Amino acid sequence: MKYAFFPGCSLESTAWDLDKSARAVCKALEIELIDIPGWSCCGSTPAHVSNASLATALPAMNLQKAADMGMPITTVCASCYGRLRVANQKINDSDEERERVGRIIGKPYDGKVEVHHLLDVIVNKLGSEAVADKVERKLSGMKVACYYGCLLSRPPEAVAFDNPEHPSVMEKLVAMTGAEAIEWPYKTECCGASLSISNSDVVGRLSHRLLSMVRRAGAECVVVACPLCQVNLDLRQADATAAHGKLPETPILYFTQLLGLALGLPEEELGLEALMVSAAPLLSMV
Amino acid sequence: MEETLTCKNTKLLSEVERRSGTKVSRCFQCHKCSTGCPVAPDMDYMSSQVMRLIILGQEEELLKSKAIWLCASCEACTTRCPMDIDITGVMDVLRMMAIERKVAEPDARSKEFNKAFLTSVRWHGRVFEAGMMAIYKLRSKDFFTDMDKVPKMLSKRKLALWPHFSRVAGEIRKVFKRAEEEEKKR
Repeated sequence: MKYAFFPGCSLESTAWDLDKSARAVCKALEIELIDIPGWSCCGSTPAHVSNASLATALPAMNLQKAADMGMPITTVCASCYGRLRVANQKINDSDEERERVGRIIGKPYDGKVEVHHLLDVIVNKLGSEAVADKVERKLSGMKVACYYGCLLSRPPEAVAFDNPEHPSVMEKLVAMTGAEAIEWPYKTECCGASLSISNSDVVGRLSHRLLSMVRRAGAECVVVACPLCQVNLDLRQADATAAHGKLPETPILYFTQLLGLALGLPEEELGLEALMVSAAPLLSMV
Repeated sequence: MEETLTCKNTKLLSEVERRSGTKVSRCFQCHKCSTGCPVAPDMDYMSSQVMRLIILGQEEELLKSKAIWLCASCEACTTRCPMDIDITGVMDVLRMMAIERKVAEPDARSKEFNKAFLTSVRWHGRVFEAGMMAIYKLRSKDFFTDMDKVPKMLSKRKLALWPHFSRVAGEIRKVFKRAEEEEKKR
């Protein structure tokens, strides 16, 4: 399996552990990732709230490069994933949009490059049997809440590869690791996303609401597939509990870190030391 | 005496519908969007009220509102609307109109964040978070929030101190310029 890899800006800073663990897991699963040469930012939320033409053109710069590579794209950031898929949809749906994008990026792009989140690639394209063969360490006894957030399944016409209100792809991945995915009602509720910096009080309230439900449902850690979900639940966890009520410390792991542990990869290859809320006490119990 | 509320000013409604490509006039106030909205408790107008104000032509009320800057673009409203209204897309258009008409709520910090983020992308082709934060702090004058996170993030190597330039940074600057010109033609 070969994919054009779109890392996205977060993977160079706040989510370097996602970058490292995704690459390590793909290597172990024999998924070849080739970085899109000269990739650039997808524009994320600030582009689509500011300039509709820019919001389609920035992802198209990268989609067009993958078209030249002749490969489907995979990415691990839910926001990058969403913006690339939405841009494709807009370009496919309208000749006017396709022509406009062509004028802006200076090259024609037909909207035909496939874009998949790595979660989709591992669970649905590679499949549980192929992964099960490589699992070396069953994470038995670990109780995990799968948190999807918004952009992995919304807007569904453009991005969903699963039921948008009740997705289960991450639960399938957790089952592969031998851990137990608990049921909980907030898995597609928003953490406040890009309000993280400008309205951290709102994000604190939303993160606390999510974390207290995680605990009420009996989970001891959360698994995520988005750098912003991870930051809002992990980096902002101490502020959230200080402002809205005490909760036990809850480690927030990327799906690639959880899977990497099950694949028997060493912790340093998974960037576990980057977590603000340490996963060490949890892992010592497994 | 019976009085019927008729909407005489449909200018706002037609502009929002044209620019968002969605039929706001279909809204029948079921409030499903507001019920599922994570930031509804923080807003001055909830999303269903925003839809109503558009239909009633209350441009000033809306473009000066806090609500449009608190929308987190989580798309729950758009996904659940029984009338297929792209409410998140409508919020995008209202924010653009507020900036174009220079009436945006002065304390809207997310507006400054968006600006700082896009400035960083325009310069480097990618987001350089430390530089973006510096621009945001200067623009929002919110100097102290989150400064306690900096040492923690540095110790975890989560804050790059040097920008990663995309190889196509020069091209990206041109993309910004052309996109701004194209946007004016819409």
